Amino acid sequence: MPRTQTPLGLFGTEDLIGEDDRAIRDTVRAFTADRIRPHLADWFDEASIPARELARELGDLGVLGMHLQGYGCAGTTATAYGLACMELEAADSGLRSLVSVQGSLAMFAIWRWGSEEQKQEWLPRMAAGEAIGCFGLTEPDFGSNPGDMRTYARRDGEDWVLNGTKMWITNGSVADVAVVWAQTDDKIRGFVVPTDTPGFSAPEITKKLSLRASVTSELVLDDVRLPASAMLPEARGLSGPLSCLNEARYGIVFGALGAARDCLETAIAYTQERDIFGKPLASYQATQLKLADMSLELGKGMLLALHLGSLKDAGTLTSEQVSTGKLNNVREAIAIARECRTLLGANGISLEYPVLRHANNLESVLTYEGTSEVHQLVIGQTLTGQSAFR
Amino acid sequence: MTNIVVLVKQVPDTYSERKLNESDHTLDRESADAVIDEINERAVEEALKIKEAGEGEVTVLCVGPDRATDAIRKALSMGADKAVHVSDEALQGSDMVATAKVIAGALGKVDGYDLVIAGNEASDGRGGAIPAMLAEILGVPQLTHARELSLEGTTLKVDRETEDGVTHLEANLPAVVSVTEKINEPRYPSFKGIMAAKKKPVETLTVADLGVDAGELGLSGAAATVLEAAPKPPRAAGERVEDDGDGGTKVVEYLAGQKLI
Repeated sequence: MPRTQTPLGLFGTEDLIGEDDRAIRDTVRAFTADRIRPHLADWFDEASIPARELARELGDLGVLGMHLQGYGCAGTTATAYGLACMELEAADSGLRSLVSVQGSLAMFAIWRWGSEEQKQEWLPRMAAGEAIGCFGLTEPDFGSNPGDMRTYARRDGEDWVLNGTKMWITNGSVADVAVVWAQTDDKIRGFVVPTDTPGFSAPEITKKLSLRASVTSELVLDDVRLPASAMLPEARGLSGPLSCLNEARYGIVFGALGAARDCLETAIAYTQERDIFGKPLASYQATQLKLADMSLELGKGMLLALHLGSLKDAGTLTSEQVSTGKLNNVREAIAIARECRTLLGANGISLEYPVLRHANNLESVLTYEGTSEVHQLVIGQTLTGQSAFR
Repeated sequence: MTNIVVLVKQVPDTYSERKLNESDHTLDRESADAVIDEINERAVEEALKIKEAGEGEVTVLCVGPDRATDAIRKALSMGADKAVHVSDEALQGSDMVATAKVIAGALGKVDGYDLVIAGNEASDGRGGAIPAMLAEILGVPQLTHARELSLEGTTLKVDRETEDGVTHLEANLPAVVSVTEKINEPRYPSFKGIMAAKKKPVETLTVADLGVDAGELGLSGAAATVLEAAPKPPRAAGERVEDDGDGGTKVVEYLAGQKLI
């Protein structure tokens, strides 16, 4: 009997997606199939990606800052942005991270909180992929508690002088511009820092076991002098950077499911081809029970993602709803990736198959943009009215 | 300003199982996913390159059922400016001569075409004769199987590649060109292009609009009738030669018996 259904086909999710959004999704899928997938194993193995070249190709498609309006951005629906993230992460979480940081963190920060001059200077070039952005919030000693950051911007006449260190910064070493958050005498403020400013450096972090097809860096700010116009005028306090994280998390709600879908499709195909005791692995009940359960979680996650997409397009999505989606979908995605790895046996650990690459990547996705535990506490707080973070 | 018309056909996806209708042996369009023929994307790409290098307008021309709007929209999302869609029940089962007449008729509705670009053959029918037939009806030069194309003013230069070799052709506009898979790598539709495609004008025509005699069209107007069709028989198992030391001789005897050597 031939296969007649896919995991997401069981949930009929295709009918929930509009025509344009589907066409955009299909374009990203074709792009990753042609231009990305053939190279992924090598990029992951060698821990290097041609970030500049990729940024330009992604810019040509319209992926970068795609759900923002104006300034050369495509202006798609939020749902289309989510679906694009899903296809990108079905290829590799590192690729999706590049796009998330560019569009949802760096570009969104400038688009939402920047001056008109800052928007004009950076957004069209960033949308086209001619300029790459990064986002400096996390520090070596401050992850889930960014409000305690040590990076400090001191006023010197009209100028600002920044000192401090940022850590785990995606795109850092290849960026043309960094959005850096720092303490000031008047709350936390954001700064648009051209990376060729004297005193700025971004050494790459190596020896990673996850997101190897992604550039991760430290940002070192050593008396970086900036004009008054470098500050993001509209952001004051931690709500500025947190609003950006919320955008990126939204993309992850979809993205993580892309990685999971790729693992599950790989496992379904593998178990049909692989014989054990004289018949296909797929014909054993133990295999089918696993595949069925994983399909349920993938489909439920997709329904949640598409619903959150509708809410975002309607302008009513709340941050705790994004936390709900990020917590559930990343947690289920990594569980699916690990379970699929068991179905592939020893082949599961090879770069010939995407499964352990996805599982390893999802280890980062599980803790960045808010750890699972932080999102549990966000949900706990909204359910009880009690803050239990500290 | 070069007015370019690109011929686009919606075909069953080559990845899906393609079937014929049992009653009249025409293509069963419901049996497979319908997509824009891949070679047409290359034709659109070539038209867009000409337009972007100078001035021009790219019109997509498609003859096909209503659902061929998906193929048209794909071409529009790549960057074509407008489309003409000929859709009519009377066209079902038309042969190549009839189709060429319909396309020629529809070209009459496009305001002054200079260049028609088509794929060299569709992946479903694989006739490969429409571009030549169309040029013949229009009375313009045909430059088929182009692997390279350049336009200087109104002079068109084409490298035509077939199994016989490469021929360098030159003609003045207006002309009909067909392109091969070597012509270019088509672009992906950009997101802005996808969202703009719906707003681009698509003129829908029926046979009555074209001044073509409906009696020449459709299954009944076709010059040839398909009486019977059967799927290709599965490949027969080969002949097995046991090698008892004289395997080489046996293989040679077999090949000689088949008159292959």
